[in-house]
Amino acid sequence: MPKDGEIKSGIGASSKRREDVRFLTGNGNYTDDINIRGQAYVFFLRSDIAHGTLNSVDTSAAAAMPGVVQIFTGADFEAVGGIPCGWLVTDKHGEPMQEPKHPVLAHGKVRHVGEPIAAVVADSLEQARDAAEAIEVDSSELPAVINMKDAFKEGATKVHDDLTSNLCYDWGFVEENKGAVDEAFKNAHHVTTLELVNNRLVANPMEPRVAIGDYARSDEQHTLYTTSQNPHVIRLLMGAFVLGIPEHKLRVISPDVGGGFGTKIFHYQEEAFCTFAAKACNRPVKWTSSRSEAFMSDAHGRDHVTTIQLALDKDNNFTALRTDTLANMGAYLSTFASSVPTWLHGTLMAGNYKTPLIYVNVKAMFTNTVPVDAYRGAGRPEATYQIERVIDMAARELGADPVALRRQNYVTEFPYATPVAVEYDTGDYHATMDKLEEIGDFTGFEARRKESEAKGKWRGLGINNYIEACGIAPSNLVGQLGARAGLYDAATVRVNATGSISVMVGAHSHGQGHETAFPQVVADMIGIDESQIDIVHGDTSKIPFGMGTYGSRSLAVCGSAMVRATEKIIAKAKKIAAHLLEASDTDIELKDGMFSVAGTDKSVAWGDVTLAAYVPHNYPLEEIEPGLEETAFYDPSNFTYPAGAYACEVEVDPDTGKVTIERFSAADDFGNVINPMIVSGQVHGGIAQGVGQALLEGCSYDEESGQLLTGSYMDYAMPRADDLPFYSVDHSCQTPCTHNPLGVKGCGEAGAIGSPPSVVNAVIDALHSGGKEVAHIDMPLTPDRVWNAINNA
Amino acid sequence: MYNFEFEKPSSIADAVAALGGDEAQALGGGQTLIPTLKQRLASPTTLVSLSNIPEMQGICTGDDGALCIGGSTTHGAVASGAGAYLGLAALAGHIGDPAVRNRGTIGGSLANNDPSACYPAAALASGATLVTNTREIAADDYFLGMFETALEEGEIVTEVRFPIPEVSHYEKFVQPASRFALVGVMVAKFADGVRVAITGASEEGVFRWAEAEAALSANFSSDALDGLTLDADNMIGDLHGSKEYRAHLCGVIAKRAVAKAA
Ligand SMILES: Cc1cc2nc3c(=O)[nH]c(=O)nc-3n(C[C@H](O)[C@H](O)[C@H](O)COP(=O)(O)OP(=O)(O)OC[C@H]3O[C@@H](n4cnc5c(N)ncnc54)[C@H](O)[C@@H]3O)c2cc1C
Repeated sequence: MPKDGEIKSGIGASSKRREDVRFLTGNGNYTDDINIRGQAYVFFLRSDIAHGTLNSVDTSAAAAMPGVVQIFTGADFEAVGGIPCGWLVTDKHGEPMQEPKHPVLAHGKVRHVGEPIAAVVADSLEQARDAAEAIEVDSSELPAVINMKDAFKEGATKVHDDLTSNLCYDWGFVEENKGAVDEAFKNAHHVTTLELVNNRLVANPMEPRVAIGDYARSDEQHTLYTTSQNPHVIRLLMGAFVLGIPEHKLRVISPDVGGGFGTKIFHYQEEAFCTFAAKACNRPVKWTSSRSEAFMSDAHGRDHVTTIQLALDKDNNFTALRTDTLANMGAYLSTFASSVPTWLHGTLMAGNYKTPLIYVNVKAMFTNTVPVDAYRGAGRPEATYQIERVIDMAARELGADPVALRRQNYVTEFPYATPVAVEYDTGDYHATMDKLEEIGDFTGFEARRKESEAKGKWRGLGINNYIEACGIAPSNLVGQLGARAGLYDAATVRVNATGSISVMVGAHSHGQGHETAFPQVVADMIGIDESQIDIVHGDTSKIPFGMGTYGSRSLAVCGSAMVRATEKIIAKAKKIAAHLLEASDTDIELKDGMFSVAGTDKSVAWGDVTLAAYVPHNYPLEEIEPGLEETAFYDPSNFTYPAGAYACEVEVDPDTGKVTIERFSAADDFGNVINPMIVSGQVHGGIAQGVGQALLEGCSYDEESGQLLTGSYMDYAMPRADDLPFYSVDHSCQTPCTHNPLGVKGCGEAGAIGSPPSVVNAVIDALHSGGKEVAHIDMPLTPDRVWNAINNA
Repeated sequence: MYNFEFEKPSSIADAVAALGGDEAQALGGGQTLIPTLKQRLASPTTLVSLSNIPEMQGICTGDDGALCIGGSTTHGAVASGAGAYLGLAALAGHIGDPAVRNRGTIGGSLANNDPSACYPAAALASGATLVTNTREIAADDYFLGMFETALEEGEIVTEVRFPIPEVSHYEKFVQPASRFALVGVMVAKFADGVRVAITGASEEGVFRWAEAEAALSANFSSDALDGLTLDADNMIGDLHGSKEYRAHLCGVIAKRAVAKAA
C-alpha cells in the first residue's frame, strides 16, 4: 500500500479540498445568502409549554399590525397531509407501528416546547415577530410525559389521545431466536448485566436550518430552497405526501449546506410551510432558524435507555447477547425516526464478534419532547456503545484482558452471516487491533500511568472495536423491512465537447468533500486531470433522482453509480476512438487520457474523441448516437461494513472529577480510500462528536414541566478544540468491499460511532487505577458525575 | 430586538443626563445586554452607550497606589494593561473568548453581577472601591446577591479602584458549556491579611469565605485550608453541578488558587 502523499492525483491522492476555497473565503452560497425580490419573512410562534390543549388561537389583533401579509394557524393546514414518516416498523406481533398525525402547525394540542402554533408572514422579520407577540393563545396545560419509563407505565398521560398508548412499537429481533437466547443465558457460565443511557444529543450544525418558498403563477412552478442533505427526498415527501404538488412543478434546491450530521435529512414543517405560504401569499417566503429555535425544532439524536446482558462460557467465549431498549421518538415520528433503533441498531448487535445467539427488544416511546431521529451514526453508535461497554465490564468482572477477550471472540472468517440478519462481506479485526496497539503505544501505557500518578492524576486506557453498516441497501430488501423509499443513487456524467466533464450526482455534499473526491475517481478512470471535472449537486432540476447523503453512503452508492456511468462513457468513447483510428473497439486501450490501438503506436487523445462526439463529421452516425452523456442508477447488493479499533487515554483529576483526554488513536478499515486526507478529516470530526457525546453533550428536559433545560450554548456543552487531543488516525488496514466497483466502505460516521465507548472505558479504567471500583457512569461524563461516582465508590 | 433610540455621549455628565430619560439603559460592551435584547427580554426606549467616554477608559495608578480602571475599559485592555496586578490581568484574560474580551467591559460586568462572573470575585477579594457618578462604594457593600448590586437607577460605574495585593491568584473551574465559572476563587494576600472571594457557587452570588481568610492570614499555604468546608445548603445546584459538588469544589479550587498565588 502506498503511503499517504505518495500518490499525486486520482484515486489515493490527498488532493486539497477545492470547495474550501469558497468556504474559507466567505464565498459560499448558503440558503440564507439567497434573497428573492419581494420576499416576505415568516416568524413561527412556538409553544412554550410541553403539553397542552389549544382552546383558541386568536390572530385578529396581530393581523392588523404593520407589515403583516398573512397569519396561518393549524386550521389552515387541516386539508393538508401531515409530515410523513419514511419507515414503517412492524412490531413483534406483526402489527404496524402506531403512527400519529404530524401537523404542519399544531392543531388542537401542542406536544412539545417549540412546536409551531402559528406562522406570521410579514414584510420584515421584526414585524412578523411583533405581530406574533400579539397573537392570543388560550391553552390549558396538561401533564408532560418526559421520562420514557414513566411514559410506558399503565395509565400514563398520553401524548396522542387517538393512540392506544405512548408505545410506538414493541420490536423483537430476531423474535424467533428469543427462546434459544434465553436458554443460552440459563446455561451461561457467567453473565454480565449493564444498564446504560445513550444520551440525547442536539446535532448543532454550524448553519441553522433555512427555507425559502417561491412560486411562479405564470407556470405554476414551486421552488423550495432548503438546507437539506437530500433535495429529492424532500421533493418526494413534501410534494407527494404533504402538499400534493406534482413533482414536475416542484423544484428543490439545497445549495451550500453548513453541516448536517443527519438532522438535515428530514422533511420539516417549516419547509412545507414556506412552500405552501409562497403560493397562498403569492410572495417568496423566507425562514431562517435562530439558534434557540434550532435547539427546540431540529430533530435530536440518540436517547436510548438500555439493559444489555452478555453470556459467556467457562472459556470466555461469548455465547449469547440480549438487550432491552427504550428508544425515545419524541412527540412525533420524524422522517426516519422509527428505523434508527430497529434496523440501524438491532442489525449491528453482533458487533465484531461471533456471538451465536442474539435477541434485541426495542420499545419506541412517544414523549413530550422534540422528535428524535438519525444523528451521525444513527443506531450504530447506540449498538456499539452497549456492546463495547458490556464487554469491558465482563473483562473486568472476569479479570480478563480487554484486548484478549475481544480478540478471542472476533469474527475471522468472511463472508460471515450474523444472527441478526446481516452478512459481513470482508474485514480483518485482528489487523486493525494490531495497528491500534502500535499507534496507541500500548506498551508505553504503564509508564505513562505512573507519570500521571506522580502528578496526582489517575490515568486510564480504554479500547473498543466497532463495526458499522453503510450504504443501506438493496432497495427491495429494505422495502420488505418497511422503508417507504428506495436506497439506490444516481449519477449523470456529461462530457463536454472539449473534454471537460460535469458529473450530476444524487449525493449532496455538506462538508464531506465530494466536490474534490468524486472527480478524483473519474479522473483516474479516464486518465485526465481532476481539474477537468466538476460535480453538480443539490438541485432537483439539474441532477438525476438520487437519495442524497447520510449513512456514509455517498461514495459507496452514488460513487458506484458514477463509476458505472463513467464506464458507459468510456465504452462509447472507445467506439468513437476505434472509428477515428480505423480499428476495432475491442483493440482500443485507454491510458492517461489517450486511446491507442493495442500493439501499435496509433493513438488519439481524449479531447479529440469528445470533440468528435459533439462535432460528428467523421463519426459512425449509423452505429452510435452523437454526444457523450450517460446516466447510471446503482442499487447495492449489500451494506458495506467499515470496522476498526479505537483507543482513548484519559487523565482524571480525582479532586474535581475532570476528565482530560491525553491520547486518542483510531485504526479504521474503510476498504479502498479515494482521498486519505479527507478520510482523516472525517474521522477527526467524528471523534470530536463522539468525545462530545461522551464527556460534554447532553440534552436535558425538566421532567416535571417538560421545559428544555439545555436550550442554548450556555447550558449545552459543545466540544471545543481544547477539549480534544491530537489524534493518531490510521486507515492503512484495508479489506476492500467485495460488492461495489470501488471497493469502498464509507467513513463519515465511524469516528462518532467508534469513540464514545473507548472514552468511557478509559475513565472507568482510570477510576479503578485510583482504587475506585466504579462499574459504570452514564454519559456525558461531566466533572460532577465523575466526582459523584468517585465519592460514592 | 425592539426598536430603541441610541445615544453615544462623550462625557459622564451627558451620559447621566441621557440615562435620566424614561426607560433609558446603559450599554457597556453589550456582551450581556445585546443577547438579552435580541431575545426580546428587555425593551429600553433608549440605549446610552458608555463606550465613547474618555473619562471612563484606561488604566492608571492612583495616589494611594491603587490600580484605577475606567468603567468602560474592556477585558482585553485589562488583560494586557494591568501588569501591576497580575492576578487581575490573568483573570480578565480568561473571560469568554477574544470577541467577548474586546467588547465586554469591567463596569458592565460588575453592574450585571452575574453569579458566575469573574470580576466580582476580584473586586471583592481585592477590597476594591467602585466609583460611580455620584459616590464611592466599597466592594463589601456593593454586591447584594445574584444580579443585584447597590447601584441606583441610572447610576453608572465610572471607575474601579483595586488595592494591589502582595500576591494573588484567580482560579477558575469552568462550567463546561458556558465556560463561566462553575466555581471561581480569588485569593489576595495583603500586608494586613488575606481576602478570599468565591464566585459561581452560591445562590447569594459572590461571597467572602471568612474561615479561609482567617486560616490563610495565619498561614498562607494551601494546607491551611485542610478541613475547612462550606455549607452546601446555600450553594447553586443545577445541571452542571450539585450543591455538594460546588461546596466541595470551593475548597479544592481555593487551595489551588493559594498554591498558584504569585
Ligand atoms: C460568550 C460569552 C462568554 C462569556 N464568558 C464570561 C466569563 O467567562 N466570565 C465572565 O465574568 N463573564 C463572561 N461573559 C460576560 C462578559 O464578561 C460581559 O462582557 C459582561 O458580563 C457584561 O459587560 P458588558 O460591558 O458587555 O455589559 P453590557 O452587556 O453592555 O451591559 C450589562 C448590564 O450592565 C449595565 N451596564 C453596562 N455598563 C455599565 C456601567 N459602566 N455602569 C452601570 N451599568 C452598566 C447595562 O445597562 C446592562 O444592564 C461572557 C459573555 C459572553 C457573550
